[in-house]
Amino acid sequence: MKSIIRKILPLIGVVALYYLIMYLKSIKVMNPYHIQVLMFAGVNIIMTISLNIVNGFTGQFCIGHAGFMSLGAYGASIVTTLIFGGFSVAPNLRIPVFLLGLLAGGLVAGAVGLLIGIPTLKLKGDYLAIVTLAFGEIVRATLRLIEPIGAARGMIGIPPYTNFAWVLFFVVLTLIVARNFIYSKHGRACIAIRDNEIAADAMGINTTKYKIISFVFAAFIAGVAGGLYAHVMSFIQPDTFSFVKSSDLLVYLYAGGTGSLTGSVLGGLLLTVLPEALRAFGNLVNWRIVIYAVTLVIIMLYRPLGLCGGKELPFLKINRKSLYEKSIFSRKTIHPSEISN
Amino acid sequence: MSTLMQFLVYGLQLGSVYALLAIGYTMVYGIVGMINFAHGDFLMIGALSTFFLSQAFSSFAVNGTYSGLIVALIIFVAMVGTGLIGVSVEAIAYKPLRNRPKMSALITAVGVSMFLENFPRALPFIGPSPRSFPMLFPAKRFQIQGVMISTTQIIMIVLSLVFMFILYNVVNRTKIGRQMRACSMDKDAAQLMGININRVISITFFVGAALAAASGIFYASIYPQVDVYMGGWLGTKSFIAAVIGGIGDIRGAMLGGFIMGITEILATSVNSNLGYAIGFVILILILLFKPAGIMGKLTIDKV
Amino acid sequence: MKKIYVVLSVLVLLTMLVSVAAVSAAETGETLKIGVVSPISGSAALAGKYIVNGVKLLENELNAAGGVMNNGVLYPIEFVYEDNEAKEDITTNVYQKLIYQDEVIGIVGPDMSKCILAAGTIAQSAGCPAIGTFTTNVAVTQVGDYLFRACFIDPFQGQVAATYAWGEGYKTAAVLYNNADAYSKGLYEAFVQSYEALGGKIVETQAYSGADVKDYNVQLTKIAAAKPECVFMPNLLNEVPLQVQQARANGITVPLIGGDSWDTPEVAQVAGAENIKGSVYISAFSPDNPDPIAQKFVNDFKTAYNGDVPNSNAVLAYEAGAMLVEAIKNAKTVDRAGVRDALAQIEGLALPSGVVTVGEDRNPIKGAAILQYNDQGVATFLKNVNP
Repeated sequence: MKSIIRKILPLIGVVALYYLIMYLKSIKVMNPYHIQVLMFAGVNIIMTISLNIVNGFTGQFCIGHAGFMSLGAYGASIVTTLIFGGFSVAPNLRIPVFLLGLLAGGLVAGAVGLLIGIPTLKLKGDYLAIVTLAFGEIVRATLRLIEPIGAARGMIGIPPYTNFAWVLFFVVLTLIVARNFIYSKHGRACIAIRDNEIAADAMGINTTKYKIISFVFAAFIAGVAGGLYAHVMSFIQPDTFSFVKSSDLLVYLYAGGTGSLTGSVLGGLLLTVLPEALRAFGNLVNWRIVIYAVTLVIIMLYRPLGLCGGKELPFLKINRKSLYEKSIFSRKTIHPSEISN
Repeated sequence: MSTLMQFLVYGLQLGSVYALLAIGYTMVYGIVGMINFAHGDFLMIGALSTFFLSQAFSSFAVNGTYSGLIVALIIFVAMVGTGLIGVSVEAIAYKPLRNRPKMSALITAVGVSMFLENFPRALPFIGPSPRSFPMLFPAKRFQIQGVMISTTQIIMIVLSLVFMFILYNVVNRTKIGRQMRACSMDKDAAQLMGININRVISITFFVGAALAAASGIFYASIYPQVDVYMGGWLGTKSFIAAVIGGIGDIRGAMLGGFIMGITEILATSVNSNLGYAIGFVILILILLFKPAGIMGKLTIDKV
Repeated sequence: MKKIYVVLSVLVLLTMLVSVAAVSAAETGETLKIGVVSPISGSAALAGKYIVNGVKLLENELNAAGGVMNNGVLYPIEFVYEDNEAKEDITTNVYQKLIYQDEVIGIVGPDMSKCILAAGTIAQSAGCPAIGTFTTNVAVTQVGDYLFRACFIDPFQGQVAATYAWGEGYKTAAVLYNNADAYSKGLYEAFVQSYEALGGKIVETQAYSGADVKDYNVQLTKIAAAKPECVFMPNLLNEVPLQVQQARANGITVPLIGGDSWDTPEVAQVAGAENIKGSVYISAFSPDNPDPIAQKFVNDFKTAYNGDVPNSNAVLAYEAGAMLVEAIKNAKTVDRAGVRDALAQIEGLALPSGVVTVGEDRNPIKGAAILQYNDQGVATFLKNVNP
């Protein structure tokens, strides 16, 4: 009984949250601007969770994640806009077409993830980082040469199918799927690789296989997030998904706390909302990004493991504490200087 | 043939900028174990401060050219100044995180980079305007067998080789160099041997930032335009160069820098539309065949 | 006699009081807000500086007048400046904020086609007029009938450049463009189309991308080898100066032709007078234009910003604002729909860059100026081209 409540309660909470926001919108406390910022935050949360699976739970270091997002965005938009004709889709077919597009986006990103994952995942740390960075740039440079999808001009006329309910739905879905993945046999193998690859190998875990699984899984999620993003913006162009976007995602992830789904949600939400919230100080418009940068540095100085590093809200956690302890990223080495002090 | 030689000259010129910058990356990485994403912005600070210094010294200029002594003085002051900024950035933003996971320092570095770019941009007297970089080196150009070379290019390539040579010898032949190498191997053991690692790390940041300033001055001398955002992408490029060369190895950083520069130029000469992407494809291929970078050794992890 | 004076002065005082009362009786309407979107931070921050300065000039004029008079009602105007970092998604946020939170009556900016293409649908579905300043891509105003622009469109500009090159007797041309940038690519395509239609020959086309590393030597070496009679370089303002320098260093001595992105004093300052002299660019505006309205604008701008000369960014931002203000003045109903209708009907509005009429597809019908750099590296007015 208790476990059922534990499972159902968070979902009720999400539904309540949705109706609360819709109510606030109807009494004009919240306006479409707030809703849109929340939608971008949602997309960023999904992207951060996806990055967390690779960087936080498998211990790899991907810094070109925006590349997968762009593949998903273009894949989904090609299906909804070029194949099914965008705005001319009959109203009752819109939702199936939209979902089909998102699926296609996810599959394209996942397939490419597999393609580059197989040869490169034997690389480690910064070497893998460079390959993913280079991959993101190659995707961007290629997309802007393909004429049918608008090349450098970008793709216009994508129907704005994504609304707040869809974003919330996919955030929740991603959380559930990611949580179940992490606590599955595969997820535990990934965490083992993160904590000690050699030991994992010695325990008979096929490390390459599990690294590729987590990479492709994350790429798929990133592709879906890209599809959602394209249908919020209704216009995409290759340069949106540059290294700047990838490094934003890294910031959300590590400021939120790696190895923690709660951290991804918090990081994606807070750091998307913060630069917008700073607009409230209208006369500081020139200093807005400076303040954002200082805030980020202060967060990292006072919470070096990120806001929720290694911690998790109860309903995202299984009662097995050991999974969260002693991760590579949250391990605090005791330094001789601290002993002598 | 002469076109190819010409392209090689351009490749060397671009490569020497990457190489100098990559050395800073590699030194910091080797000793502190963090990727300093703000390193490219030290290049910008070096170039921008040289711009303002040369304005301050403009009364010494004759017809827009400066005498060698003044140029040396300006470069010296800019390098020392940027070095000190590097040291203070380390002391304020990175030092408290030294024993923390290296990712925390990396994200802090992203924040520092945003700050270093946007703070001067928001200051009224600096602002976003691009500025013309003064002629510090004599710009005489001459032809050798159809290849056009300017004195600026020669001075630049030679000076950066000199800097690298000095640094290489400092690291390998002096006491502080030995301390640096000891720290990069094992910080704790180095401390037990009586090495003051705070001092070593400060010196590393000083040298790294000063070299970044030098590369900024060189970069701005051949591409004479400075603005507050000039360092961002150059920094990322030279980080790639450092990794290609084998991160943590000074010779590797130099090699990686030159390889990056020459690859980029040659790829562009094959097809200017695809050049950008081809350059990255080549880099991925290099890493697939040399997974630890060109000079890097694959370390065997012990359980 | 004294009594008459007393009576007279009392009368004068009374009339003054009455007239003052009458003025205040000419009721003051609610304050109208106008949103201004520009890249205050980010790589295009220089453009943002000019845009904000241009609009601030208009703001000062309106403050001095107390606002805009519509049908005997004086509406004070308040400008809300927002930073879009030259990013599309941030622009959509800013548009949402201005429309739903600040409840602006209209939006000026941003300056980039890609940004307004992303945010345009928001303005359209909310029914809020938006005027792009430098958004030259044809597709911008096709988003919907609430979208306007203050500049001319890419094909027109490309055509002007091609006609100029052909008219000067250049039979061959080469192009260097940024294939990552929609503006640069659009101008390149328009130029090639018009130039080849006229009978000209493109002898070399070179592209670049990843524009942050500013080495164009390879491309320019190849262009030099093709020996064109002119080189078209429709590139971004922070790339052009180095391209000009490197072109000269690679032995390209023929005239260089640029687009309206060249129109900022920094280009010549950084490129150097000896390199840029003789080069020509198309512009929305020339500070040398003898027209009194243009001269007043240039002088006001110089006085307000320590002698800075306004560039096209500043002028177009000012004009976009002025178009909006004019529309508020003429609107039948002072709301977004009324302002939109009035915007579409603007005819013969005298602005610094010339007389503007909003055409059928909500593009302004206005001419272009061709400017040439003289030996001191100062852009001087060459001629006007009308559509």
